[in-house]
This record gives sequence, structure tokens and C-alpha cells, in this order.
Amino acid sequence: MPQSPPVDDLRALIAPYLDMEGPLLPILHAVQAEYGHIPAPAIPVIAETLNLTRAEVHGVVSFYHDFRDAPAGRHVLKICRAEACQAVGGSALSQRALDRLGVDWHGTTADGSITVEPVYCLGLCACGPAVMVDERVHGRVDDTRLDAILQEVRA
Amino acid sequence: MKIFLSRDSASKALGSEEVAEAIKAEAKARGITVELVRTGSRGMIWLEPLVEIDTPEGRLAWGPMTPDAVHRLFDLPEDDPLALGPTEDLDWMRRQTRLTFARCGVIDPLDLAAYEAHGGLAGLRRALEMSGEAIIDEMKLSGLRGRGGAGFPTGIKWDTVRLARSDRKYIVCNADEGDSGTFADRMIMEGDPFSLIEGMAIAGIGTGANKGFVYLRSEYPDAIEVMREAVEIARAAGVLGPDVLGSGLAFDMEIRVGAGAYVCGEETSLLNSLEGKRGVVRAKPPLPALEGFLGKPTVVNNVISLATVPVIFEKGAEHFANFGLGRSRGTIPIQIAGNVARGGLFETAFGMPLGELVEDIAGGTASGRPVKAVQVGGPLGAYMSRDEFDTPFGYEEFDGQGGLIGHAGIVVFDETADMLGMARFAMEFCAVESCGKCTPCRIGAVRGVETIDRIAAGDPAAAPLLTDLCETMTSGSLCALGGFTPYPVMSALQKFPEDFAGRREAAE
Repeated sequence: MPQSPPVDDLRALIAPYLDMEGPLLPILHAVQAEYGHIPAPAIPVIAETLNLTRAEVHGVVSFYHDFRDAPAGRHVLKICRAEACQAVGGSALSQRALDRLGVDWHGTTADGSITVEPVYCLGLCACGPAVMVDERVHGRVDDTRLDAILQEVRA
Repeated sequence: MKIFLSRDSASKALGSEEVAEAIKAEAKARGITVELVRTGSRGMIWLEPLVEIDTPEGRLAWGPMTPDAVHRLFDLPEDDPLALGPTEDLDWMRRQTRLTFARCGVIDPLDLAAYEAHGGLAGLRRALEMSGEAIIDEMKLSGLRGRGGAGFPTGIKWDTVRLARSDRKYIVCNADEGDSGTFADRMIMEGDPFSLIEGMAIAGIGTGANKGFVYLRSEYPDAIEVMREAVEIARAAGVLGPDVLGSGLAFDMEIRVGAGAYVCGEETSLLNSLEGKRGVVRAKPPLPALEGFLGKPTVVNNVISLATVPVIFEKGAEHFANFGLGRSRGTIPIQIAGNVARGGLFETAFGMPLGELVEDIAGGTASGRPVKAVQVGGPLGAYMSRDEFDTPFGYEEFDGQGGLIGHAGIVVFDETADMLGMARFAMEFCAVESCGKCTPCRIGAVRGVETIDRIAAGDPAAAPLLTDLCETMTSGSLCALGGFTPYPVMSALQKFPEDFAGRREAAE
């Protein structure tokens, strides 16, 4: 995972999006998909290409929860904190996950295997508590299933 | 042997992929050819993974299926505890009026021929024979109101865009359904994506817009994948493109992915986000219908509103308008969630009392303890107590109780719920998700958390202060995030005062 992606690579990555109406979010998603985060050196390149200021691009990157300024762990565990999951024990489950992993929200375990993020609703409200590991969803997660999921991800 | 199994993400979350593997393995071991059709979900989430077997008498339902029990499917003993009988005869199915969700759970979501065989594209074909004005009149006659929560008449919004003069107009679908307890958008996008595409095409034809966007939240990776594939299939089949179904009219669309900001479910911040800006709320006026995406006239409609358009045109506006209560016409997909015995999606005509939904349809709580509170309409909706269970499900009826139906999600809590904690969470959520543009929301939410902590600590002056703060947020916020956060907070404070009073005594 290069810390400073070559400018030419970035330009090539951005190019297919330039004909879109409102291309900045699709570009940022593409950059993050490629590098795992939005590398700081990418911001002036994107700004210049779209004829925006660096401040504008930085403002957009920092506004949205999804965009990272540093890479996440190898896996991302998203735990729903919203009301429907709270109604079926979501808060206790979150606390157990954080305790087990020894991190706080947005933290990454010392071995770099998991980053834990809160998420406000995965649309799995009739089968909570719900979590998502990378893009795989799990419903009705109890302590046993949580432990199994954590073990599988850290293996 | 033909077997149906949902690919909805709720089904996946409950093990449908493992069940699918087990079905294939069992079929192979027995040397039987099995056609496994992956559908959307029927909405009976407590029975997922739900397996249906095709028989001459209709589909037989089995659930909740586990990989270990799959072998029993092949023997079909009628007395098996997982055998539920014909799907259509199940109480949950019989009691519904499925208009918007008629195909969901029935067909392969990406099978355009099956979509057409089940009534799909008939609405668009009819609309293509009509003038823009006639299309709008049909929408007005249907009485359809925005299913995203605001309840604004869809036909009137379309008419504003139709009459606006501009070189370009847009149809934007708000698929940033972030409200807890709501999953109807996700289910229709994963289970019947062509209905949304068809609805957007009709909106485009009716208003003179030839470009559409679906702004889809990033928390729904499965829905994103299905919608993207569906758009490509529709384009290849000529449903989208420069010549919609050979009419000579153009309409095409793109799927755009959000980036985790709840406030982007508000239409003006959504438009800013779509343009590539921070998802900050815009002041209204100008209305998006006149100055929306890139300053051009734009229809912004919720997923369910748009996905309901095809059936209105297929069956006629009057058919749709004949269902409902008062000014709430048609059907509404109610999402039953949280601590319930039977959770899922239940589409019915407006008017069913809240208590019937909670106690009868949902079967009360999953924990078996009494229901304490029901939050209707997402994180910005009021908590309703059992005393309000006779409130009929309708826009005006809920408004009259100081609540809102929002996106029609209901989240049930049992008696262990701590309502002070829920009120605090509402403020905390508002603070995390505030776009920051207006002070009542940005600062008010933070002060709200602090004030609720003071109530918890036993400060007698804090409750009046919280009430005052909520009044400021209600009247002074630019959008519903700051403006509606007082709904859950004040309803919790007023209807469950015991949860706000006992802290000090308990601590002493």
C-alpha cells in the first residue's frame, strides 16, 4: 500500500470519472478503493484536476464518515448502534466487542487485523443486533456469534 | 425440482448463503436436478432463511431453514416442524395488500422477463402513450404522498418540475434511507430493482427529465450491486437509454454511492453531495423542484414513492387511491423492527392501528416482556406509549398525537428500555450527524446531551432547560435533523417521566 501514490497513477484512476456530473464522490470512492484511504498527496491532484481548491476537496473528504485519512486494519467491523439494534441488546454487544478487541470506536487492534466502526443502521432492523464485516452482514448476533466472528476475522 | 431462496441481505445475515450451499450439495448427493432461484425477501424476516418449493398447488414455505435441516426439504414430510404450508396462506401474507412489494420475494430480482410476466413495464408502456400533463394528473389522482417521511403530494412536486422551463431536468431518487427501523428501500432495491427503474423512467417522461440518479447509501453494499446490475440490464433491453421502449423519448440513470452521512437523506444536502460538495443543507426556497441538482429543476423522491409509481400506472390511479384512510391514500410498507417476535415488512392500506401492528401482526416482543415504547418513523420520530396504541397509521393521525410516520418504520422496546438513555442517544446522534450549518442543531444537540446528563444526575433545573432547548431546535433548525430530534427527546421526557426522575434516589 503506497503512502505516496504516483501522480500519474492517480490521474489515470480519476480520468474515467471526469465526464460525470458531480464527479468528486465517485472519485474519492475510487481512490479509497485503490489505496484503502485518501492519501494526503492525492488531494492536490484531485483539486487541480477538478479545478477546485485543496480546501474544498479536504472539506469534502473530512465531511463524510466513510473517507479515511489513514488505512484501516485488514478487516473493518461495523457494529450498528441505532435504536432497533439497541432494542435487542446492541449496546451490550458493542461494549463486548470493544472490550474483547481492546479498542475504542474507530480504533484498530494492535495486530492491525480489525478496525471497529459504529454504523447507524444496516437496514437489518428486524434481525438485530446487526454487524457487517467488510461487506458481509450478520444478523441476530449474540455473544457466541460475536466471538466466533471475531475469531474468524483475526485468524 | 424448483426451489426459491431469498438473496436479500437480511436473509444473508441469517444464513441464506450457507443454506444455498447445503441445497446444492444435497441435490448433488441425491442426483436430483434443482433449479435454485434467488429472489428478494417476502418480508417475513423472522422466518428467514425462508425456502419455498414450487409445487403444482403453489409454493410451499419452509423456515427458518438451517443447513442441517436442508435434507428434510427433499423428503417433504408435511408434519415437519419447519414446514409452514403454502406461502400465500400464511397469516402474515394473507393480511397484506401488496402493491409496491407485489413481486418482491416472488421473482429473481434481475430477471427482466419475470418482471414483465408479473406486470412489470405495463405502467411505463401506458405512460409512454400519455402526455406529460396526463401523467401528472394520474399521479395527483392516485393521492400518492412522499414515502420518505414528509408526505408531500408526489404529483404536485412533479408538476412543478414539468412546468419549469429549463434545458435540463433531473429525477433524483433518495435512497439514503438511514433511519433505524426502516429497510423498505433496501428490500425493494435488492428484491425488485426494476420497479424503481420503471418508476424513475415514468417520472422522467412525465416531467421532461432525461437523466436520473439514485443516491444510494454506502451501508447497503448488496443493494448497490443489485441496482447497478439492474440498470445495465434495463439499458441493454432498451428500457433505459436514448429510445425508451421504442418511444423516441430518452431517459437514463446512474447509481451514485453516498459516503456515510445521515444528513444526506435530507434532500438539499443530498443534492449538494451528489454535486460533489459537503453534504450541507441548503436553505429553501428555492425549492429543488425549481433549482435542484446543478441548479436545474429536479424531482427528489424517496425509493418507495418511485417504486410505487409503476403499479399506479399499471392498475390505474383509482385502484391505488381506493385503499387508505383520510388523506393517506394507498398502501404503506410498514417495517416492524426491534424487540418483536415477528419482525419484517408488512404492506397494508393506511389505517391499521399501531397496537394491532405491534401486538397482533408482530406478536409483541421477542423477549416476552411487555411493550414499553414504540418509536415510529426513525431516529427523528416520537416514542409512543401503549396509551396511544389505538392511533391509526396515517400521516395526519400520527401528527395529531405529536408524532410522525416518517419512513413507516416502527421500533419496539420492551420494559427494560431506559428512556432517558434513548433521549440522550437521540441528541448524541444529532450531534454526530449534524451537517454543522445551523446553530440550533450543531450546538443544541451537544448541549442537549449535557442537559440530559444533568437530569440523570438529579439537577431539578435541567428538565425545563431541556424543554426550552428543544423548542429552540424545533423552530430554529434548517432541516428535519435538528428540527425533529426534539420528537424522540420530548416524547420520552413527557410520556416516561419516571425514567427521568428516579436517578438520584437510586444513587443515594
